[in-house]
Amino acid sequence: MSELLDLDAELEPERYELREPLAHRFRLDLARRDFLRSLGAGLVVTLLLAPVDAWAAPERRRRRRGRDLPRELGAWLRVGADDGITVYTGKVEVGQGIRTSLAQTVAEELDVPIERITMVMGDTDLTPYDRGTFGSRSTPTMGPQLRQVAATTRELLIGLAAERWKTDAKRLRVERGTVIDPSGRTLAFGALTRGRKLAAVVDEDAATHGPERWTVCGTSVPKVDARSIVTGAHRFASDLDPEGTLHGKVLRPPSFGATLTSVDADRARAMPGVTVVVDGDFVGVVARDPHAAELALAAVRTRWREQPQVGSAELHDYLVEHPVQRQGWGGRRDRREGSVRRGLRRAAHRLEARYTLPYIQHVPLEPRAALAHWVGDKVLVWTGTQRPFGVRSELADAFGIPEARVRVRVPDTGSGYGGKHTGETAIEAARLARAVGRPVKVVWTREEEFTWAYFRPAGVVDIRSGTDRRGELTAWEHVNFNSGGSGIDTPYDVPNRRIRFQPTESPARQGSYRALATPANHFARESHMDEIAAAVGIDPLELRRRNLSSKRHRAVLEAAAARFRWTTTKPPKGRGVGLAVGSDKGGYVSTCAEVDVDAAGRVEVVRLVTAFECGAIVNPDNLINQIEGCVVMGLGGALFEAIELDRGRVLNARLSHYRVPRFTDVPPMETVLVDRRDLPSAGAGETPIACVAPAIANAIFSATGRRVRSLPLTNDGKLG
Amino acid sequence: MSSAIRLRVNGRERTLAVAPQRKLLDVLRNELRLTGTKYGCGEAQCGACTVLLDGKPIRACSKTVAGCEGKDVTTIEGLAVGGALHPVQRAFIDEGAMQCGYCTPGMILSAVALLRTRRSPSDGEIVAAMRGNICRCGTYPRIVRAIRRAQSSGGAKGA
Repeated sequence: MSELLDLDAELEPERYELREPLAHRFRLDLARRDFLRSLGAGLVVTLLLAPVDAWAAPERRRRRRGRDLPRELGAWLRVGADDGITVYTGKVEVGQGIRTSLAQTVAEELDVPIERITMVMGDTDLTPYDRGTFGSRSTPTMGPQLRQVAATTRELLIGLAAERWKTDAKRLRVERGTVIDPSGRTLAFGALTRGRKLAAVVDEDAATHGPERWTVCGTSVPKVDARSIVTGAHRFASDLDPEGTLHGKVLRPPSFGATLTSVDADRARAMPGVTVVVDGDFVGVVARDPHAAELALAAVRTRWREQPQVGSAELHDYLVEHPVQRQGWGGRRDRREGSVRRGLRRAAHRLEARYTLPYIQHVPLEPRAALAHWVGDKVLVWTGTQRPFGVRSELADAFGIPEARVRVRVPDTGSGYGGKHTGETAIEAARLARAVGRPVKVVWTREEEFTWAYFRPAGVVDIRSGTDRRGELTAWEHVNFNSGGSGIDTPYDVPNRRIRFQPTESPARQGSYRALATPANHFARESHMDEIAAAVGIDPLELRRRNLSSKRHRAVLEAAAARFRWTTTKPPKGRGVGLAVGSDKGGYVSTCAEVDVDAAGRVEVVRLVTAFECGAIVNPDNLINQIEGCVVMGLGGALFEAIELDRGRVLNARLSHYRVPRFTDVPPMETVLVDRRDLPSAGAGETPIACVAPAIANAIFSATGRRVRSLPLTNDGKLG
Repeated sequence: MSSAIRLRVNGRERTLAVAPQRKLLDVLRNELRLTGTKYGCGEAQCGACTVLLDGKPIRACSKTVAGCEGKDVTTIEGLAVGGALHPVQRAFIDEGAMQCGYCTPGMILSAVALLRTRRSPSDGEIVAAMRGNICRCGTYPRIVRAIRRAQSSGGAKGA
């Protein structure tokens, strides 16, 4: 067990979904029986090693896979005889725009028109291993990798041209997909390689363009596949429909933790064209279309034993009262500096407060979907996931087969937000496909997506602070129960601090969400800073200034406040302003909000300004798109969203009962980009969500004098 | 139990032998293989399944195919004429009004319907009319700009 924890030590503890045991292990006797039947008895002992290997514990298999990126150039990039450039990456596109921005990186180094680049993404047979598209890692890690790949290719092509022309490579350069020499003669890339694989190793030292030389990076190249989206031509996983595809549906328990006690599938089996699969507690149907599958599923009679479950009413107390003693990854974190006790003793103002958050759901507009097909002894799966290689492992584990007999491909997906890391539908579709010998597609309903995926963790954050008469922090203690450790440490200057993450039991399945626990920890911290400002009697912006020497934080704080006109805004009665600042994963963010609260307590966000800095900006328009998208999503978590649980059921597993931000909820928003071309590019798909909730909570306090310490701040738009 | 249901889809006569209570969304996607219209919620809350029925926007997830007998259905696949994009499609591309793109067909159909009834809607009218379409990626401001852009390029005409 400790081997597994060491391997994944760098993953955040709140990625609970990555540590779960699989829901199903199917033993279809694929490898062992077929294999042994075809051989003489004398060979049995030796050959048993192969199938047993396939059943090896997941952690051992992971280690053998080798976590280094392939060094052969050909694994990453091919030059076609037609001058087309094909790039292979294990990252996937879920709306965050990396299909375009990673192509820009290659176009920049190779000096080739971006239309000539084809990105092959997220195919476990074709693309190099990748741990997953999450954590805002694509820009800071895959970007530089592809940059080196492209630079290596450029030097290789120049070398080939130099040989052909019998001239010095140093005289040559690349321009618009050709190698060109001072006399003006050119050789197209395709003519140089003639479609052959590039025999070279990725050169880590190949010279690359710094941002000061950028002509493609740093520009707002439009989304490369926009046309296929607006015409409806793009096929999401839920749209795939090869010849012979059947449709599958899986029976769900009535509540969390319920166990199946009896199944009667006779009526369903009797329906024409229907296959029923009962395998342990997995019960599923296959039919010619989803409507027929739905009718068949409804015809299956089952009985369940339900278990008592913790509901929303008791949730926060339950988290605090059920800490988990766990070591290593997912275990407690406790960091101390100085002495909080001493710092509190010399404080003029001592404050203590508890902040709470519910479970919320990602609500990706495309629900989970997978298409699976067994061809020979290999299973081919298309699914919308952020972790194709992880899902490949899950499939291999679920069916007891080697990963080499699993192929996972990810079409550009209808969003994820951290909610599509696991392979539920892939496994379900594969099990059903095995039963019928045809491709089977499983698409979850919205109710299933709400109930049987995983939530953003609920959390309780306790903060204790000490501040002197001048408003300078003397002590800071921050404890987060369950929700996670991301963004937990305070960026403020405080000599005495204790920062703790305490994992707890969770009554519901939970896991990664956009920015992980960063929005939760920022809600607590930045609300608390505002409470300190009120106690000390100084302006919230001034309080931050007195305690924040970090230049990158100061830059976004001042940029947002200036654009917002913080210092000169004097809100009339019923209106208030609030701000927040923070950072995570190399991105720095600050949000200012103005709200209107009427006599009935209805909250309307009047305007928002967000400033963001993430090093050198690769695609400014895409960045603005991501920031605004984060802020809009953050409005939901701040104002409306909460999963309601009772007796192991999700009471609001539908969009009619779970409110997400709509057109009418979006205030005028301004985005200020702080471009630091002198710093490496960091990711930006998550961190901009961090300051929305506290800025609005602080604005509500400014408008009403009411301090709301729990999210969502309102009940369907109205203060409680 | 199937009936023969006749309707026109993107200008083409179709006769479908399907159970009449099946929803139009299901029939478009799984019988006619027009997968551009999307499933998002099944309860007319998200607008991803928006199509035009006799020129008016409806949520195909909540309309039975029987209720479309004899009518004209326009889906996202039917908007571009002879390979030329509809002005609204063009505007969505030019404004970069998408991220994952899953809501986009429904958004475009709703926008087309709006621009047919109001030649130059204000931003407030756009927002109110589009309220039934959800974009979880949060590209609402860009979609409003795209619809404004489409107005000026003659978005009220076509299809």
